[in-house]
Amino acid sequence: MSRLNSVQDLERLREEINRKRDSIKKRIRICGGPGCYSGGGVHLVPVFEENLSQRQVSREYMVTLTGCHGFCARGPIVVIEPQNIFYERVHKERVAEIVEKTVLGDALVEDLLYSDPLTGEKIVRERDIPFYAGQERIIFNDTGLNWSTDIDDYISRGGYSALAKVLSGMQPEQVIEEVKVSGLRGRGGGGFPAGVKWESCRRARGEIKYVMCNADEGDPGAYMDRALLEGNPHQVLEGMIIGGYAIGATEGYVYCRYEYPLAVKNCNWAIQQAKSYGLLGENILGSGFSLDIFVNRGGGAFVCGESTALMASLEGKIGEPRGKHIHTVEKGLWMRPSNLNNVETWASVPHIINRSGKWFASIGTERSKGTKIFSVVGKINNSGLVEVAMGTPLRKIVYDIGGGIPGGKRFKAVQTGGPSGGCVPEKLIDLPVDFEKLKQAGSMMGSGGMIIMDEDTCMVDVARYFLTFLAEESCGKCVPCRVGVKRMLEIVTRICGGKGKPGDIEQLEELGRSMKEAALCGLGKSAPNPVLSTIHYFRDEYEAHVYERRCPAKVCKALITYVIDVDKCTGCGRCRIKCPEGAILGAKKECHVIDEDICVRCGICLESCKFGAISIE
Amino acid sequence: MEFNLQDVDSIIDHWGPKPASLLQILLDVNHQYRYLPQEAIQRVAQRLSMPVSQVYSVASFFKVFSLKPRGRVIMHVCTGTACHVKGGPRIIERLEQDLNMKTGETSEDLFVTLETVNCVGACAAAPVVMVGEVTYSEMTPSKTSLLVKELREKES
Ligand SMILES: Cc1cc2nc3c(=O)[nH]c(=O)nc-3n(C[C@H](O)[C@H](O)[C@H](O)COP(=O)(O)O)c2cc1C
Ligand code: SF4
Ligand code: SF4
Ligand code: SF4
Ligand code: FES
Ligand code: FES
Repeated sequence: MSRLNSVQDLERLREEINRKRDSIKKRIRICGGPGCYSGGGVHLVPVFEENLSQRQVSREYMVTLTGCHGFCARGPIVVIEPQNIFYERVHKERVAEIVEKTVLGDALVEDLLYSDPLTGEKIVRERDIPFYAGQERIIFNDTGLNWSTDIDDYISRGGYSALAKVLSGMQPEQVIEEVKVSGLRGRGGGGFPAGVKWESCRRARGEIKYVMCNADEGDPGAYMDRALLEGNPHQVLEGMIIGGYAIGATEGYVYCRYEYPLAVKNCNWAIQQAKSYGLLGENILGSGFSLDIFVNRGGGAFVCGESTALMASLEGKIGEPRGKHIHTVEKGLWMRPSNLNNVETWASVPHIINRSGKWFASIGTERSKGTKIFSVVGKINNSGLVEVAMGTPLRKIVYDIGGGIPGGKRFKAVQTGGPSGGCVPEKLIDLPVDFEKLKQAGSMMGSGGMIIMDEDTCMVDVARYFLTFLAEESCGKCVPCRVGVKRMLEIVTRICGGKGKPGDIEQLEELGRSMKEAALCGLGKSAPNPVLSTIHYFRDEYEAHVYERRCPAKVCKALITYVIDVDKCTGCGRCRIKCPEGAILGAKKECHVIDEDICVRCGICLESCKFGAISIE
Repeated sequence: MEFNLQDVDSIIDHWGPKPASLLQILLDVNHQYRYLPQEAIQRVAQRLSMPVSQVYSVASFFKVFSLKPRGRVIMHVCTGTACHVKGGPRIIERLEQDLNMKTGETSEDLFVTLETVNCVGACAAAPVVMVGEVTYSEMTPSKTSLLVKELREKES
């Protein structure tokens, strides 16, 4: 790799890369994203390569391991360009056939195509599948196209042209103005206008300033940041370099959760590549501007996603937040001006520079501009990553794109905003999803996690789940949060345990309101949200637990019993053998019964009965 | 892996013996030995010129660190929201029952440690279980039970 000393050098390199690719007939894109990776996608690469090399055609076909395509439910995914033929659930054994038919020939492997669940019709091209057709892919568009560990691939698609544009004549103030015009708001949860933050940081006094990327992705159930950083790290880096130029930073940090080792690896890899091209480091593209970026890992603490805790952790201290009266844009890391943005926020920047702030602002709603990537998971058919314009109705996300709820169950609610957010119930299914509308509904955007819940989900249990999470993650620095979360958890646990008392629900509301006022950082201030929003929309469910000792969704163990249906039981004895507690009695070929007092409600019997005779009441 | 000071020193040198490197150093040590040996903590404190208590406070603040030796197999059951609603808790219960231990504990023969993790970013494949760096998708209590059996057979 030789160093690029000017914007012209970059353009020449781009031409050269593309010229070299002229001889490539087809490109095989294998998804190496988080879902497909665990499904074995990564192992397909050597199999394809070997197959092609045995036929001595390796030079004419290109095999790339890309980032997430978004449709993770159908992984491992393989797409063949230029026709963009989409194959789902591909396993090693099918590679030879794919090469034979679709790579060397132009035939299809029918049974690997997506088939429409309603009509059974086979769909050939990726973008014709309803899951993709309903989306507006911009920020996440290239992740599934991108060879995750190859900078040339990013450059071939126009990568670093936004940086080149900035460095060939835009003043830092002009860059900031463009971002302000775009209306881009932070994608990490707060929704603070990015351009305004950059401006304050630029104005802050200090020789040394920092740009930082928040890749702590604490919302358990969201993975768009992982997918972006792992699959298309240069897009994030390019955004950070532009941001660094705009605010006048000399050093940058990516703070990535340790639970994402591949994201850390790919990002480090990308930094090395960018440095050897002179796109990062000293005198970037010969412009005189210098910036270094380092990757640091977190230690698995949710609170470290909060800006001041994150910076404390970067300094090697424990990750405790400090009061908000000192702004990090003025006094952040090492008490120096620091500009922290989320992964998705940074990844939006190259697009804004290339296509203008005005263009970005033309997408979305009045106060929420652009698109948002959502992680649509839980009880949903097409779980995956979905990018839509801000203001897209929830119904479109859940049904048109998400394909509805599996097993013909009823949609109950969607949880957004993670442990700081709340639940949006079925009756608000037509809600246009943006920052304001979610807030009005008692939830929040958060980082874009959307956990879909069906009728089998107990909302009190969900509240208990988040309180357990928060009780573990509260750093304990301030009393309202430390004690408040614990108190709320005690009460909700009691309710789930069938020991709820009249007045419990009211006390939860009371506690929640006072915590919102008094907690020091965002974690504590928003911790009551999951409880308050479920009480607001599902009060009847809380009441059923407290007053009728009943869990309508049949989840809370203390309030359910396992029973055997006399008519269905064949007396096979399987459940009796499997039950770890010896709670099932019965003679061979006679109906069995469960002793409620011994049963610990583990569900093993239900799973083991082949006749569907066991159910929960 | 046998503990040796040279390995710890080379980790410290890689990050630089400065306070800001503390978390990164501890992460690598913890990864290498599957826990933080006391000797390592002392060495880190000495080389970074900070009180041992400060190293301990960081080590106990973050969930990732273990101060006790952990099993040769480390199983992480995801307790993220997506995995929770898709049945993660039942996997944990089953494992606790099968292994006759609680989450966070290590079996006496140091075969397995059972832990939870708040989302590994494979939510579309929920519920997931991780063994070392390998992710197992769409798990059920029975599949996980079987997995443990297989792992144990593989070892012997
Ligand atoms: C408890 C807590 C956890 C947070 N976790 C994250 C996180 O995981 N990722 C993130 O980008 N922002 C997180 N934030 C928001 C950050 O504090 C900060 O606002 C954000 O990174 C700024 O970037 P943005 O403006 O681009 O969103 C968290 C905030 C709080 C209070
Ligand atoms: S609100 Fe909670 S997490 Fe935040 S500083 Fe207080 S105790 Fe720590
Ligand atoms: S497994 Fe089912 S059919 Fe067999 S004894 Fe149990 S309940 Fe009856
Ligand atoms: S739920 Fe578990 S303990 Fe109860 S009867 Fe079934 S197998 Fe036995
Ligand atoms: S991981 Fe392959 S589609 Fe998301
Ligand atoms: S919730 Fe389990 S992997 Fe994300």
